Amino acid sequence: MSLPVQILQFMITGLTTGSTYALIAIGFSIIHNATGIVNFAQGEFVMLGGMLMVTFFNSLKLPMVVAFALTVFSVAAVGLVLEWGPLRHAKSKEILVLVMITVGASIAIKALSMIFWGKNAMTLPPFSGEAPFILLGAAIMPQSLWIMGITILVVAALNYFFKRTLTGKAMRAVAASRRSAMLTGIPVDRMIFLSFALSGGLGAVAGIVLTPITTTSFDVGMMLGLKGFSAAILGGYGSMPGAVVGGLLLGALESLAAGLVSSEYKDALAFLILLVVLFYKPSGILGRGTLRRV
Amino acid sequence: MGKKNKQFLVAYAVCVFMLPFFLRNNYHLMVLNVAALNIIIVIGLNLLMGYAGQVSLGHAAFFGMGAYLSGILTTTYGFPVWPTTILAALVTGGVAYLLGIPTLKLEGHYLVMATLGFNVIVYIVMIQLDRVTGGPSGFAGIPPMHAGDFVFNSDRKVYYLLGTVSVGILVLAFNLIHSRVGRAMAALSHNEIAARCSGIDTEKYKINIFVLSAMIASLAGSFYAHYITFISPGSFSIFYSLQVVTMVLIGGMGSLWGSVFGAFLLTILPEFLHAVKEYNVLVYGTVLMAVLIFFPQGLFPGILEVWKKRRTRMEAESSGPGRGL
Repeated sequence: MSLPVQILQFMITGLTTGSTYALIAIGFSIIHNATGIVNFAQGEFVMLGGMLMVTFFNSLKLPMVVAFALTVFSVAAVGLVLEWGPLRHAKSKEILVLVMITVGASIAIKALSMIFWGKNAMTLPPFSGEAPFILLGAAIMPQSLWIMGITILVVAALNYFFKRTLTGKAMRAVAASRRSAMLTGIPVDRMIFLSFALSGGLGAVAGIVLTPITTTSFDVGMMLGLKGFSAAILGGYGSMPGAVVGGLLLGALESLAAGLVSSEYKDALAFLILLVVLFYKPSGILGRGTLRRV
Repeated sequence: MGKKNKQFLVAYAVCVFMLPFFLRNNYHLMVLNVAALNIIIVIGLNLLMGYAGQVSLGHAAFFGMGAYLSGILTTTYGFPVWPTTILAALVTGGVAYLLGIPTLKLEGHYLVMATLGFNVIVYIVMIQLDRVTGGPSGFAGIPPMHAGDFVFNSDRKVYYLLGTVSVGILVLAFNLIHSRVGRAMAALSHNEIAARCSGIDTEKYKINIFVLSAMIASLAGSFYAHYITFISPGSFSIFYSLQVVTMVLIGGMGSLWGSVFGAFLLTILPEFLHAVKEYNVLVYGTVLMAVLIFFPQGLFPGILEVWKKRRTRMEAESSGPGRGL
């Protein structure tokens, strides 16, 4: 393979994983906008998505569409429980305390998953065949197209939801100013509730589509969560288009670095990028500079 | 540092040094040595959490840097033990400084994510750089600590060394929080903007505390490497970072005695409760959550408060009109 073809190949692989980072990053942004907290359990939503899909589809032999829907709803429910239980009943509403509660929730979910599913890696069959398409000499797996297609679909649906529906607009109002939203009669608590369900669902989608390519196990959540967070910071924390741009860019950079430099330190790259962005432009590529320096 | 704390410190030091006379079993001494190392790290971390209002999920990485730098430099390159311990702490402090500059300047909790990411990087390096670090199978044959010709080569000898160091760090921490710097830190943790308005360079203080906290963890790491003489990446994963954070929260943020109690309790507990050992990840996750939900200021201070309230209520009832007549 010549170098340009190789680079094209790495870009395709990168944009595929990058799409899932984008979904995870959007999940971070939605919860951040509604509550101001960083939800460390976001990565566990992704893990749960993959694991539940494996259970529903491989073990219970449900049709794929039914298993997909059931998984998304189940993980959305986990998001709801996290908000309704630990976060709503916390005595202190200080951001740091709430953030650390999600850290505790994340390791508790991980430990429970290990007890329930064991330590083995699990996988799903690709959604449609394994015969790759050839584009200018580079191979594209059908699953890559599925991932990118579903991501585009989800982003479009979210865009419609936030721009055109009353509930979506109400959620944006809460993000803009909680107090004013409350004064105009928006049920803020219900919007926060909804934001956790949405994030859970998004995480589940990312986990389901990614599993046929990378396999899944109880401990993949933290790494995927951190990648999604880095993507969100890279693009501009709290911004939807930023999350998409950050996710795709991070995926592409990671894949290029792994292919051209060294694959051993691939996972370290995301954090290096995270630190560099925080150092030079903490508001990210598309952020509006809302990060206040104390 | 207050008369009461001085008395407590003397009593604590006496307890620490008397304890080995009642213990015959080397395994018990080993558990206590691990507890002493945890106490050192947790005190350092509590300075950050309780006085700078920031949480680090990367203390396992700083602990690991101390252990690996000391282990590799003394074993492979024949560096002397004590100067290397100091060198490792300085290098770790420098790295923490670089990590702290971008994240501590920002409002919000970027340090949590940045340190978590840093811990992952350090863990990957420990495993991938196997020609230097020994990779996943670990690094063995580290020489024990020594003072002149006296070698700390048994659990009992190391106990006195670590006991002294842990009491020393505690004294240092008490002196620090009762100094001008400590008062500035207390102001900072209560209200950062108000502290800034009274002329405290909050950014500088936050970074300095973070660096100090990382250096203390590195110091503990060096002692750990020379004590166990074998280190492997597993001891320095994110989970250990979470364990020390939980220890701080059990004891209460900003309470140094609480830290001693929290570290000691969570080190000893798995030895008594087998279930805790088997499901330790689940137990830590749930305990962390529960403490934060119900006692955000810490389990130890929380229980004390509940107990105090109950006592004042009972006193109020007993001196109420019903009995007073």
